[in-house]
Amino acid sequence: MSTLNPKLDRRSFLKVSALAGGGMLLSFSWLAGCKPTPEQSLILPKEWFELNSYIKIGDNGVVTLYSANPEFGSNVKTSMPMILAEELGVDWKMVLVEQADFWPERFQRQFTGGSQGIRQGWTPLRTAGATARQLLINAAAQTWKVPAAEITATAGQLEHKASGKKAGYGELASLAATLPVPEEVALKDPKDFTLIGTSKKNVDLEKIITGTPLFGIDYQMEGMKYAAIVHPPAFGMKLASFDASSVNSLPGILDVFSIQLFKDEYVRNFFDTATFPELVAIVGNSTWEVLQAKKSLKATWEKAPESSFSMSGFGGNPSKVKVPAGLENTEIHLAKMAEYTSKPGNVLRRDGDPEGAFKKATKILEKTYIAPFLAHNTMEPVNCFAHVTADKAEIYGPTQAPEFIIGTIASAIGLPKEKISIKLARMGGGFGLRAYSHHMVEAALISQKAGVPIKMVYSREDDMTYGIYRPSYSATYRAALDEKNQLLALHVKAGGVPETPIHANRFPAGAIDNYLAEGWQIESNITIGAFRAPRSNFIAAAEQSFLDELAEVMGKDPIAFRLDLLKRAETNPVGENNDYDAKRYAGVLELVKEKSKWGSPAAGVHRGVAAYFCHNSYVAEVVDMVLQDKKPVVSKVIAAVDCGIVVNKDASVNMGEGAIVDAIGNALYGELTFNEGVPSKTNFHQYRMIRQQDAPKAIEVHFVESKEDPTGLGEPFFPPVFAALANSLYKATGKRFYQQPFGTQLEKEGFKV
Amino acid sequence: MAQFTLQINGTSRQVEVDPNTPLLWVLRDHLQLVGTKFGCGMAQCGACTIHLDGTAARSCSLPVSSVGNSAITTIEGLSENGDHPVQQAWIEHDVPQCGYCQAGQIMTAAAFLNQNPSPSDTEIEAAMNGNICRCGTYLRIKAAVKTASQNS
Repeated sequence: MSTLNPKLDRRSFLKVSALAGGGMLLSFSWLAGCKPTPEQSLILPKEWFELNSYIKIGDNGVVTLYSANPEFGSNVKTSMPMILAEELGVDWKMVLVEQADFWPERFQRQFTGGSQGIRQGWTPLRTAGATARQLLINAAAQTWKVPAAEITATAGQLEHKASGKKAGYGELASLAATLPVPEEVALKDPKDFTLIGTSKKNVDLEKIITGTPLFGIDYQMEGMKYAAIVHPPAFGMKLASFDASSVNSLPGILDVFSIQLFKDEYVRNFFDTATFPELVAIVGNSTWEVLQAKKSLKATWEKAPESSFSMSGFGGNPSKVKVPAGLENTEIHLAKMAEYTSKPGNVLRRDGDPEGAFKKATKILEKTYIAPFLAHNTMEPVNCFAHVTADKAEIYGPTQAPEFIIGTIASAIGLPKEKISIKLARMGGGFGLRAYSHHMVEAALISQKAGVPIKMVYSREDDMTYGIYRPSYSATYRAALDEKNQLLALHVKAGGVPETPIHANRFPAGAIDNYLAEGWQIESNITIGAFRAPRSNFIAAAEQSFLDELAEVMGKDPIAFRLDLLKRAETNPVGENNDYDAKRYAGVLELVKEKSKWGSPAAGVHRGVAAYFCHNSYVAEVVDMVLQDKKPVVSKVIAAVDCGIVVNKDASVNMGEGAIVDAIGNALYGELTFNEGVPSKTNFHQYRMIRQQDAPKAIEVHFVESKEDPTGLGEPFFPPVFAALANSLYKATGKRFYQQPFGTQLEKEGFKV
Repeated sequence: MAQFTLQINGTSRQVEVDPNTPLLWVLRDHLQLVGTKFGCGMAQCGACTIHLDGTAARSCSLPVSSVGNSAITTIEGLSENGDHPVQQAWIEHDVPQCGYCQAGQIMTAAAFLNQNPSPSDTEIEAAMNGNICRCGTYLRIKAAVKTASQNS
């Protein structure tokens, strides 16, 4: 049993007044459409007792666990409360989970992103659960006048075996809530876990399948009006003027005006990305009427000059961010990327003497990989409810990161942060996009100006064309080989519009004596943002495709080649700051090799492998492909993952399946191009998304048995798929594919997609 | 503006709206039936799927004036207690991730199984191809449709 001194951690979440706050949280959740069903009402207690910010116990033993992180589909709303419940020692059937509001004084890190929810929540949530359990034990000890150490607390029951005394948590919760927080709490030994490692179904499952309101776009309020926005038609353009009379006499239209998101003096943060800081807003009686009115709006747009804004750095002084002028074209992006590929970049890491090794090489393998901009295309379009009055603001909508936007809202509407409440809606997808919550600022400004509560909804076309995309990237890999085809050096030079995808200290750095990594970037006014495993989602594709081709040139099996490199990194690493554990990395390759029966694929099956480490988890994947009438069909994907302890087994498998499908779709079809600053696609008739018939026929997800603390799964399954797919396409078609989307390249080669 | 009497989930509902208003927005904004979702507005993603006289239809592209006396079923009215075999299969397979597309998926699946109670995998794939799931839960959707076909 490990002990942990809670004083070492941030304290606020461990103990709050039994009177403070709980009612407020509860009341909002009902407002958000989570009214208890008649069955739930029957089990609701007469009184709740709050043991800490996360845990509330009813007098009848029902337990409410707050899920602090926003939910976008990675199932944190189920899996994180499982951690609390495990240490609290409560029967999962007695647990109600409620989404917490944004409340930084009570909750740590209400941010869903970077696959960090489970990893960073692990110790705080265990501590919160164990502390509440200890409070209940202490209450029993005081009541029964027996030593606390002799009391057990399991499945919601306290028991003192020697005296035969027993009580439910609900009976002692009122006393427990008044006791001092214990100085030290014991955490369970992982071998004693009874909940963690099992499969618990999504706590919102029944609401989802019955169409119960859950999402921001579902929110309604008496007297609420509807709003739409009109943004410039191209990146590099801005509003010149608009004619209000073109829409304000249309049926159902109440108001039309422009809004400015940022005050001149406002210093933005990293997530304050807004492509078009000035928008036209149309307010009306229904969503349909405001969406229709958009089409009639007469506005003139002009080319935006170069501009700049102040942005606070991570812990540093504000810097100026430049927004270049111009209407950009994909063809020019590609030409510029090719130009940068042939110029020296910024050296990000150098081990040994790579230049010297390349001079000595008898053979050089050099390949360049390219990927386009991608739109996130969450199924729930951008939307937000806001009700701003003279003295307060209520915001309800999809966001992964309320903390990053509350200051922007405060500045925009001129109210202090304390007067702004942000309620966290379940999100219809996120994938990184909703870390940028400019829509909350827009909705707040519209509500303030219109003087009514409003729900703003973007059309799909608005959503697909407003920016915050996955950047376009290019990476060139070079390998120097001697006359025996031994690897002498590896050189990667990679960049993008507008950022480089390189993580210089990741594998294969550390495994190669002579190694050089260079980066470059091309400025752009097309806005970018986090997209499921940022940068990794491209560089893994390039690196793992190149290693596959390199293994072939060297006459080695692709898994054996990677394992050789990892053995070197484990036993005699090159350089410093290698940011991966070579043994765990090798472990997933070993596991996928075993589970896929790598050496003996079925007849007619073409397979490719790839592995990657990002966001603290290790993943290796094998893609099996068959050719059916010149169409490559993914028959199976086998994934092996090391994420430490698995919290919610089936939900973790679901996450793996989804990420694999998502990656295959983006690798084959995902692409957004630009002509004179205008995105080439506006809706799903043009932007091909992976569909049921394109999905792999089977997916297996295997976990490395581990006692390590858990790490996240939202992102790590995603990056290696691109390369495993490319490598299997090579086996199936005899062609290497270097440019995404692969579907376009396959068609050029006469294949069907 | 015109008045329409709609037969929704077994009840008569009256609305006064522009005749061109898609049924989706009548359901969501005027009748507070928000289980039917807005995804694309052009019948490309399936999030807005409802039943019109038992057949799956995309409500985002269906003007309210064209509905007439047809019986409309939305996800809220698919079953009394969320116990339609398709909904039960969705629970069994714990299908959703974000959940946003799932009402549309379920409505498509329920209408499909009415027409074809014992489909093959290929038939399921074809029937469900019009519904996008951005989270990629397609394998679970397929398995759940299969389970529902065996349990109904």
